[in-house]
Amino acid sequence: MTEQVTPLVEMRNISISFGGIHAVENASVDLFPGEVVALLGHNGAGKSTLIKILSGAYRRDGGEILINGEDADIRNPRDAKKYGIETIYQTLAVADNVDAAANLYLGRELKTKWGTLDDVAMEASAREVMGRLNPNFRRFKEPVKALSGGQRQSVAIARAILFDARILIMDEPTAALGPQETAQVGDLVKELKRQGIGIFLISHDIHDVFDLADRVFVMKNGKVVGHARTEDVTKDEVLGMIILGKVPPGAVAGPGAVVA
Amino acid sequence: MADMTQSNSTASPKTEKTGSISRFISATELDTRLLGMVGALLLIWIGFHILSGGLFLTPRNLWNLSVQTASVAVMATGMVLVIVTRNIDLSVGSILGFSGMIMGVMQAEILPQLLGFEHWATWIVTLLVGILVGGAIGMLQGSIIAFLNVPSFIVTLGGLLVWRGGTWFVTSGRTVAPMDSTFRLMGGGTSGSIGATWSWIAAIVACVAIVAAILNSRHQRRRFGFPLRPVWAEYFLVALGCVVVVGFVAVVNSYPWPVNIARNYADANGITWPDGGLFISHGIAIPVLMALAVGAVMTFIATRLRFGRYVFAIGGNPEAAELAGIKTRWVTVKIFTLMGVLCAIAAAISTARLNAATNAQGELDELYTIAAAVIGGTSLAGGVGTIAGAMLGALVMQSLQSGMVLVGIDTPFQRIVVGVVLVVAVWLDTIYRARAK
Repeated sequence: MTEQVTPLVEMRNISISFGGIHAVENASVDLFPGEVVALLGHNGAGKSTLIKILSGAYRRDGGEILINGEDADIRNPRDAKKYGIETIYQTLAVADNVDAAANLYLGRELKTKWGTLDDVAMEASAREVMGRLNPNFRRFKEPVKALSGGQRQSVAIARAILFDARILIMDEPTAALGPQETAQVGDLVKELKRQGIGIFLISHDIHDVFDLADRVFVMKNGKVVGHARTEDVTKDEVLGMIILGKVPPGAVAGPGAVVA
Repeated sequence: MADMTQSNSTASPKTEKTGSISRFISATELDTRLLGMVGALLLIWIGFHILSGGLFLTPRNLWNLSVQTASVAVMATGMVLVIVTRNIDLSVGSILGFSGMIMGVMQAEILPQLLGFEHWATWIVTLLVGILVGGAIGMLQGSIIAFLNVPSFIVTLGGLLVWRGGTWFVTSGRTVAPMDSTFRLMGGGTSGSIGATWSWIAAIVACVAIVAAILNSRHQRRRFGFPLRPVWAEYFLVALGCVVVVGFVAVVNSYPWPVNIARNYADANGITWPDGGLFISHGIAIPVLMALAVGAVMTFIATRLRFGRYVFAIGGNPEAAELAGIKTRWVTVKIFTLMGVLCAIAAAISTARLNAATNAQGELDELYTIAAAVIGGTSLAGGVGTIAGAMLGALVMQSLQSGMVLVGIDTPFQRIVVGVVLVVAVWLDTIYRARAK
């Protein structure tokens, strides 16, 4: 039934290699509007590399990317943003030395009629967005360096929301967070999903994402082992995909599947 | 989140005295680091005043100090942006020398043939050519750094040699003099100062600007319902700003022209020479006005324009800046171009002051410029620095040098002291930053 709907993102047969090593080989993934897709695999499985091709941080060697069924030309992060793709990185999300408002608007600052930065207006809308997201957040004047991991993460997520992202990529979004903050991010993901935003969750820990995701893609050694709807498989079966590359009956095998 | 509500509550129970000081500082939103620098500067001044037997804090010495600081202060404003983006520019002294030599040749040898000797447009054509040369050199170096990925340390180390060699080559090592008389005004001196009346007018303009800036920020904060500073704090800031401005102008206005120059002026204008001598004020020197204007413009660029925001974001996290869609390479090219332009302006000031262009002009200035920026709080790790701090840093460096000359310390010891002070200043700053966290 999903076949009728055009995927929001379709990455077909993507390959990239660094110095002769195939980091990603012939990988295909897709994402539909209002869907949460988890990309799972060990460290070095190629999931982050694959997704960085979508966010424009790397340029692919082969394959194609379709956004809403149309060929997309993504060469750098600016191109990706034009297609409504926003990325929330685990580590390099924010510029530490400037304040929250400056980070929210980095690259797309509001300007006054004189062409100068409209810091006051930016701070006002930062307060508004952050108020919806994280009502306890009050440290608008301080460099982001002074904030906790969860607060920084909420700055990064607010940034994506502010720019009407249609496709959100979250790389290990809860890795640095405590349980309460993780739950908060989970609520946020559900809210974004309701708004029809497609979300890629990247994680090496299945427990972080299994309950949030509609589907999982598993990668191993740069190849897609397979994908499945989370209701069709168990956590243990997905773990088997991650560790052994073994595809359970409820999943669709990919090029990286181990033929038993 | 929880940790932030806690930090609010733990801030209040403190001893009465530190409480009132920190409340004062948070109400006025003064930069404590900058305050510390002002304190250090005052200490240096008072120390030298006592050691030199009352020679340092005189209108004459302070006026000279302001003129001597101008050239390095201009370059230090640009060096802040360079260092904030985790780069370095070792070539500024050589660019100063080269663009100074080009300006010297332009006004002393080329333009007199084209326009005639002492033509009114000589100075402006010369300055524009100098700025173009400086900007082009900066753009070239910036492009190599940004697009060919050669580290700025190496590119500008090469530039240090190349442009110094170029300075030598232009006139085969010959010193070019004299400069055009209008151009020479940029170097200060008796005629290169704006006099008492204009200095007071400048003071009034500056005070009005201070009041307007504070009113505007209050208005903006109210418009969006942000917390306002207490009214007494606003009055205090206005008063502080105006006292500094008025005090500075009062000092430079109480430094009179030397007797023989005043007498020549009186003779030339048919003024009878009064018994007590004629008191004509220097007022603010033109190079100082230029440096202050550059400081104001650079502060505006660094804090109010998108370009400045990008400079700091790149310094804080280059990858995040790149991923946010900032064209980081172009920003780098622009920074170095700006640095080149500032070197040319500094070159105009120093060639005009010397009334000659020599091939040694600006030697070691790169080190003084970097030292000024670093003493002024610019972090070599990137992302942190202020224009005002760097200019204050330049003033601290120059105060040390002038003070040591006044006290009669030998040249080798002067360098030793400056070197030690640089290291100690950065060490203290490291401690301060570690505490601030």
